[in-house]
Amino acid sequence: MSGQAVISVENLGKSYRISHQAEHQRYVALRDVLTDKLKGLSRFRGRRHARPLTEDFWALKDVSFDVRQGEVVGIIGRNGAGKSTLLKILSRITEPSKGRVRIKGRVASLLEVGTGFHPELTGRENIFLNGAILGMTRAEIKRRFDEIVAFAEVERFLDTPVKHYSSGMYVRLAFAVAAHLEPEILIVDEVLAVGDAEFQKRCLGKMQRVADGGRTVLFVSHQLPAVRALTTRGLLLGVGKLVRDGSTSEVLNAYSSSLSEQNAHEASHARPSWAIPLIKRVLLKDKHGDETKHIALGSGCTIEVVIDGMQRRLKKPVLGLVVNHSMHGPIAGVNTRMKPPGSPWQPLSSGILTATFRELPFVQGRYLIDIWVGDGSRDLDTLPGALVLEIVPDDVYGSGMIPFDTHGPVLLRPDWQIEARC
Amino acid sequence: MIASSSEIARDLQEPVFDLTLEPGSAEKHYWLDLWRYRELFIILAMRDISVRYKQTVIGAGWALIQPVLTMVIMTIVFGKVAGLHSDGAAPYPVMVFAAMLPWMFFSSALSSASQSMIGNANLISKVYFPRLIIPASSVVTSFADFVVSLLLLIGLMSWYRFPPSWNLLALPVFIGIAFLAALGLGLFITALNVKYRDFRYVIPFLIQFGLYATPVGFSSTVIREKLGEKFFLLYSLNPMVGVIDGFRWAILGKNSPIDIRSFYLSLLVVALFLGLGISYFRKTEQGFADII
Repeated sequence: MSGQAVISVENLGKSYRISHQAEHQRYVALRDVLTDKLKGLSRFRGRRHARPLTEDFWALKDVSFDVRQGEVVGIIGRNGAGKSTLLKILSRITEPSKGRVRIKGRVASLLEVGTGFHPELTGRENIFLNGAILGMTRAEIKRRFDEIVAFAEVERFLDTPVKHYSSGMYVRLAFAVAAHLEPEILIVDEVLAVGDAEFQKRCLGKMQRVADGGRTVLFVSHQLPAVRALTTRGLLLGVGKLVRDGSTSEVLNAYSSSLSEQNAHEASHARPSWAIPLIKRVLLKDKHGDETKHIALGSGCTIEVVIDGMQRRLKKPVLGLVVNHSMHGPIAGVNTRMKPPGSPWQPLSSGILTATFRELPFVQGRYLIDIWVGDGSRDLDTLPGALVLEIVPDDVYGSGMIPFDTHGPVLLRPDWQIEARC
Repeated sequence: MIASSSEIARDLQEPVFDLTLEPGSAEKHYWLDLWRYRELFIILAMRDISVRYKQTVIGAGWALIQPVLTMVIMTIVFGKVAGLHSDGAAPYPVMVFAAMLPWMFFSSALSSASQSMIGNANLISKVYFPRLIIPASSVVTSFADFVVSLLLLIGLMSWYRFPPSWNLLALPVFIGIAFLAALGLGLFITALNVKYRDFRYVIPFLIQFGLYATPVGFSSTVIREKLGEKFFLLYSLNPMVGVIDGFRWAILGKNSPIDIRSFYLSLLVVALFLGLGISYFRKTEQGFADII
């Protein structure tokens, strides 16, 4: 893509002043300001008053990148990585504290569906209101009015106040207005999280067409499949910094591996406060009993959990496992209460709990395994993401082909049959 | 220094950007932006007006009942009970109503402007536009009520067979001053209200207090007669004194001569508040999205 740069971000930074004294309140009360002043007046010299500590917090720091015309860029990162701050600066809601952004062309940002919708107003009035808020002129809205109404499928309710709309209709109308903006640059935040699956699909389709029309799109989402489907380039943010800038698949891989590494690394920190640290070590072994990180597709593995209860004795030791997929979230779970071991586990205070799988029913990809240890019905310890398990492609079907990982994480191995009827 | 050919080529292609965002950049195009967003301003004002008249069952009736009842009470309390005199030969109710118009507009503009930013918090944190639009459009909304009660004044004047003079042609000027007075103080209070969230408890009191510090139920000449010339000039520091005297001069004609010094004084205070309001609002505006 050889379009010229339409967004140029140089050394962008945004800082917020946070007060340690009143972390939960963002605004000041006049009462407090006045009493502080009075206290200051009445205080005698010599006694120094500890000022409320304030500190600059950089939500975004030294971020630089260019976006060329027609590019569709996905912005990803964990919560607090600075995605929203970046979008807020690009859409001018807040000013940068450092650096600069240069933009060519009209920007429309969609940080929320239905911003400014008023329940008392009719669908028709809200279309004009919302359109104006999103930056359309009255003439433009008039020109596209019929299209908007058709897309939202609310023809019959145009003159009904939107407070009588079903939530589905409300969202459809709101998205329809936004979808018919004709900006050169479209900034979209996690707005697709609303609405039913069918509608989400239509929205994605609409955005795809916007992108195909040569317009530039910046897209933030936690729905990684949507990012993968829509964008060609990715920006990965981590704690206010630009960590990676490259093709979508490259950046998504970097993101999921950083997630799992971080999870594995932070495993001991990720323990909930109630957990008693019994789990000392978690090992993954392949079917030959060798320690590994990679398991071949369709093959089995063994998970060993080393526990040390110190003085505590587990009367009825319980082991639980939850398998998480990097995109789909938790996908499977089992424990020794629902599927008891062949012979009941005896009380112990330290030892090794082992789970053996003859075959893992998952397709190639990266999985995180949470380990749970309990005593009877009581949970004692858990290590979320204790184990990173990579399932690598293998000729599991003997056909030289592997399953599609885009169709979900479950490995299916059916026996087919055909019966001819004349 | 020798630039490589590719660098030169890149320099030639250096794109032209039409918007630069950097610390303090919003300040530069402030008034231009305000002009660009004029349609949004109109639509927001229309929204507030249409919601206001849809929500109350009596709709426009409310804009009529409120000033009429207040006018009746004030006529009884100040005209009958306290026995204060009217301006010249003007009927007391007409004199009161001529002041009720700008006062009700002023007070409702102040209270709705001060609530407007918090009422539109979701807009402010999700979309960019010059924030000045929000309190300004709520002042316009109060202006709609003002127009409705203006019709009422016409009815009242024909009821009392009190014909207007040519002075009435100057009324738009005083309406303009009333508008600027409401906008200036409104912006100031709005900004304070976003910054200090407990300031809103002070506003109803300020308005209540203002009603008695303003010659609504009585003529401003009463103040001069009873409290002296010096106090009257001090009294004129209340910007609404000049506005109300102007309204009465325009509506009641020669019955209500205007004191030009006091009028200029009020005008000066209006200008001062307008400047102060706009500059304070703009100073705090940048942070609104971060603190609201």
